Amino acid sequence: MELFSNQILAGISTGAIYACMALAVVMIYQAIDHLNFAQGEMAMFSTFISWQMMQWGIPYWAAFFLTIGLSFVAGIAIERILFKPLAKAPVLTNVAGFIALYSIINSSAGLIWDFTIKQYPTPFGSAPFLGSQLISTHQAGMIGVTILLLIGLYFFFQYTRVGLAMRAAASLPESARLVGINTSWMIALGWGMASAIGAIAGMLIAPVVFLEPNMMGGVLIYGFAAAVLGGLTSPLGAVVGGFLVGIFENLAGTYIPGVGNELKLPIALALIISVLVVKPAGLFGRAIVKRV
Amino acid sequence: MTTLLNVRDLRAYYGQVQALHGLSFSLNEGSLTTLLGANGAGKTTTLRAICNMVRSTGAIEFEGAPLTSRSTENIVRLGIAHVPQGRGTFTTMTVEENLQLGAITRRDKAGIVSDIERMYAYFPVLKQRYTQQAGTLSGGEQQMLAVARALMLRPRLMLLDEPSFGLAPLVVRDLFKILGKINREEKVSILVVEQNAQLALELADQAYVIETGRIVMSGAAQEIANDENVRKSYLGY
Repeated sequence: MELFSNQILAGISTGAIYACMALAVVMIYQAIDHLNFAQGEMAMFSTFISWQMMQWGIPYWAAFFLTIGLSFVAGIAIERILFKPLAKAPVLTNVAGFIALYSIINSSAGLIWDFTIKQYPTPFGSAPFLGSQLISTHQAGMIGVTILLLIGLYFFFQYTRVGLAMRAAASLPESARLVGINTSWMIALGWGMASAIGAIAGMLIAPVVFLEPNMMGGVLIYGFAAAVLGGLTSPLGAVVGGFLVGIFENLAGTYIPGVGNELKLPIALALIISVLVVKPAGLFGRAIVKRV
Repeated sequence: MTTLLNVRDLRAYYGQVQALHGLSFSLNEGSLTTLLGANGAGKTTTLRAICNMVRSTGAIEFEGAPLTSRSTENIVRLGIAHVPQGRGTFTTMTVEENLQLGAITRRDKAGIVSDIERMYAYFPVLKQRYTQQAGTLSGGEQQMLAVARALMLRPRLMLLDEPSFGLAPLVVRDLFKILGKINREEKVSILVVEQNAQLALELADQAYVIETGRIVMSGAAQEIANDENVRKSYLGY
């Protein structure tokens, strides 16, 4: 029983990170109808930036928030420079754009910081959380920060003017323009926020997976699985999907014979395929109620 | 009377296809003008061209300022509220959120709150359903919501694209009554595009008739309604 609850809690803590990545992916998908394959690399680069700041002697939390701000600006810049010109281009052009972005960021990180694995600090420590052996303080911190982030995002989208405008621009761009919303900037803002959320996910998972240019590859695949499971049109679904994938991954690795750590990743891919076959809209995929 | 909207030699294109062939008309401050014509005559295109949602050439002036180089959202910000064909309702959001979106360019919080109450007074059915998802409203209710959303901008000019489309005749009568009231009481000039010519001519003071992208007839709404030849050749009733 202890093993079981241990696995569930560990699943929730990594699930929190998947939830963040899924949320970032869904945010951009909602804005431009494309999956951002470079989301993980953007998060990885942000994590390296924060690491570099700490190497220069900046304290953890200062580096943490500075990196979030920088990532936000960088996300907007990427949209303005690379994807705004591609807005009306065919899907494949956009896919090529994402792959280009992926390799550019990945290689730049390797060039600047090289490919050796680095330790990344945690502000939460790694002692047992509240004296229990179930999870560590860092895992608890991951869950805590993610929950704070989700609550903040909920209030932003539900109760602020800009949040409302962003939702309107994502759901019906033409109508949004007709009430005076600058939809182009709403898309850029979505990129900025996705990039900032990814940065948080990267900085939280880095102490677990260690810092190196390919650290987010697996994480992003779980993030995609979470987004597909929850429904690409639903931010709430992405979050729930993230936690579910985290738990499922851990339980499968522990209890299904022969899966273990090596086969955990294919499980995410199998999950993507099963969801697409059985329920393509995902668990929370949009069921629009419409009467004409 | 001052001219609020002045359109000169408007030509509009969908790809290679030309939809408007040098259309000119004007709308006076405070007037309720209707644009009539058969299917495919270019009525919707004219409204879309005013808001720069279709490629066009020619001159469009609002209060003397040219609109042609402005983006759709900047034209809206000048005080032109456009209720598009199909109403443009944000179906996944609540009725109240739709109204708030109408006022998204405004900063006066107190004014927005009191305007929402004013809209509920015009359209009591919206008040009953303010937390409901807008997509679950009936067609008539959605049209009322669309008009209310447009009014939330506190527009100088409201463009309405076939407000009667798909609605029961009684609902249309109610709606048109409210439009007349809005025009008089709120001093909002209205340009309404309609296929239901009879009803539109009852409501409007000025009318233009479009055929294949050109204005073929213009004048006081009453005169056009009384001219049997015009009615038979262009309006079909």
